[in-house]
Amino acid sequence: MTNRRIWGFFAAPGMGWLLVFFVVAFYAVVSVGFGNVNTLYQPIPYWNPLDWNFGYMIEAIQSVLPGGQTWPVVVRTAIYIGAAITLSLLIGYPVAYYASRHAGRWRGLVVVLLILPFWISYIMRMYAWTNLLAPDGYGSKLLSALSIDSLLSSVGLLDGTDWLGGQGITVILALVYGYVPFMILPLFASLDRIDQRVIEAARDLGAPPESAFRRVILPLSKPGILAGLVLVALPMAGDYYTQTLMSASPATSMIGNTINDYIQGGPEKPLGAAMTMLLSAVLLMFMLYYLRTLRREQGEVAA
Amino acid sequence: MSTASVEKAAELRQSKRPRFSLGNPWSKPRFLVGFTWIYVLWSLLPVLLAIRFAFNEGRSRTALQGWSTKWFFGDSNFSVFGDPTLQDALTHSLVLAGIAMLIATPLGIMLAIGLQRWRGRGSGPANVVALLPLVTPELVFAVGLFLLFTTVLASIGLGTTAQAIGHVTFSMSFVVVIVRGRLVTIGPDVEEAAADLGAPPLAVIWRVLLPLLAPAIAASLLIVFALSIDDFVVSQYLASGSDTTTVPMRIYAQARAAPTPALNALATLMLAFTLIALGLAYVVFRFLSRGEKGGSAIEQIASIDSGGGR
Repeated sequence: MTNRRIWGFFAAPGMGWLLVFFVVAFYAVVSVGFGNVNTLYQPIPYWNPLDWNFGYMIEAIQSVLPGGQTWPVVVRTAIYIGAAITLSLLIGYPVAYYASRHAGRWRGLVVVLLILPFWISYIMRMYAWTNLLAPDGYGSKLLSALSIDSLLSSVGLLDGTDWLGGQGITVILALVYGYVPFMILPLFASLDRIDQRVIEAARDLGAPPESAFRRVILPLSKPGILAGLVLVALPMAGDYYTQTLMSASPATSMIGNTINDYIQGGPEKPLGAAMTMLLSAVLLMFMLYYLRTLRREQGEVAA
Repeated sequence: MSTASVEKAAELRQSKRPRFSLGNPWSKPRFLVGFTWIYVLWSLLPVLLAIRFAFNEGRSRTALQGWSTKWFFGDSNFSVFGDPTLQDALTHSLVLAGIAMLIATPLGIMLAIGLQRWRGRGSGPANVVALLPLVTPELVFAVGLFLLFTTVLASIGLGTTAQAIGHVTFSMSFVVVIVRGRLVTIGPDVEEAAADLGAPPLAVIWRVLLPLLAPAIAASLLIVFALSIDDFVVSQYLASGSDTTTVPMRIYAQARAAPTPALNALATLMLAFTLIALGLAYVVFRFLSRGEKGGSAIEQIASIDSGGGR
């Protein structure tokens, strides 16, 4: 091609936009986190790395380590996310499996129904549950009629019967409800790609259904499982609104709430920025992992 | 008991035995069917009930009380069209979505075409930057933009402009993914043919590539609209006051502070707009890509939204 450079010009406006509003925006977090505050507690960013003030970062690191003020929140966030992604996988896998391999003539309808939640505002989906889980709501009544609330209370997972009164389990289940559609999609895609003949071959060679599943299907769907887990864990790590809507109690607050409080609430924006950096550093690995699987898939389409 | 009847009972048991057969491709997977439909019910019924409460005659959002449209426009103080705060939220959401759609789509299309062809130095990092917003937790993204608009870009400041910029930034990556998917399907043959026949590069793009991209462009426009209208975190961080409140922000603020069914009505209207946009996207996509082979249009549109939770 003679005009190879023209493609660079095509990419320029969009790239420039992303450089300013994504890359520089993230650098603003870095500059504020390594910056200072003025007498009115407004942040003063230090754009030059030579000027950086590491005081807030040290404070943030001390805060999130064992013994620090935010340590319990970090542990809670890890437990909530761990429980929520495990439940999402246990719910999402059978659903994705059915939709991709057994739905037959229902497949179109099933796929549409599985995708529909994507397009309903997350906040509206949470709001729907605040209607249902209010003390006189249908959800609370149903759970009470099935004795699920007393069962959970007896094993210590629920405190009393008020589902919206600062219950960790409500937050976890709300996270599952909110993000499980994002788990189903990559699982669906990877299960859909498995060649039916491979499974038939395993069965013909005498594998009972369970071992065909365990030794053929499960390994082949592993990339989808990992992508799904990462895809739902990432937004959960930055989630603060689910907690606020379903509990609003400091006893169930997650790391997203801590950052949100520092940035939007108080005078300690640099501390919030430093914590945002720490969170991003932890998540970066997972983000790049997911992008790699995404690009590999696009590459496969191209081939 | 005769041996014959024992055999018969065994046979019966054999045939009645529920078969949990993940690996058997020929039997009916009853467990999976039941599980899936229960899941679908669980995922959609709460929202359907929330919509049903919007049509309540009474004030309750937790019990069914007759049918009425008063929370949409009947009640002069509390309905969506009687309460200026609710009405403003709806207008503001629609305005933002319109702006985001009109800026993010052309930028994303050009970026996708550029990235697909550009093989020089810097194209690797550029690819990562174009896709990174898809996987960045929205909170990190929003904190960045918030600090940007309160420090170095304080001249723009928080408000509608900042919100629109935020929506364009995260939705552009979705456009890139959609358009690149389409570019891969089209392949280089047609363009090369046009170039061989003497068309200058810009004419190739304008007269060959863009018409072929039409379905992806239609899908992009309406998906950006839907992403923007559903967004909460970025809108909230970049808002400057009550006149920059969007629908999700209004729901969030009032959800646990004595809401009336008017809030459900507002959410219902917003959902209606999203679904209309999607329906249009689907119809246009079907129309523009008619006669082509490949996955169904539903699944193609479905596979687009693989980003974070927004």
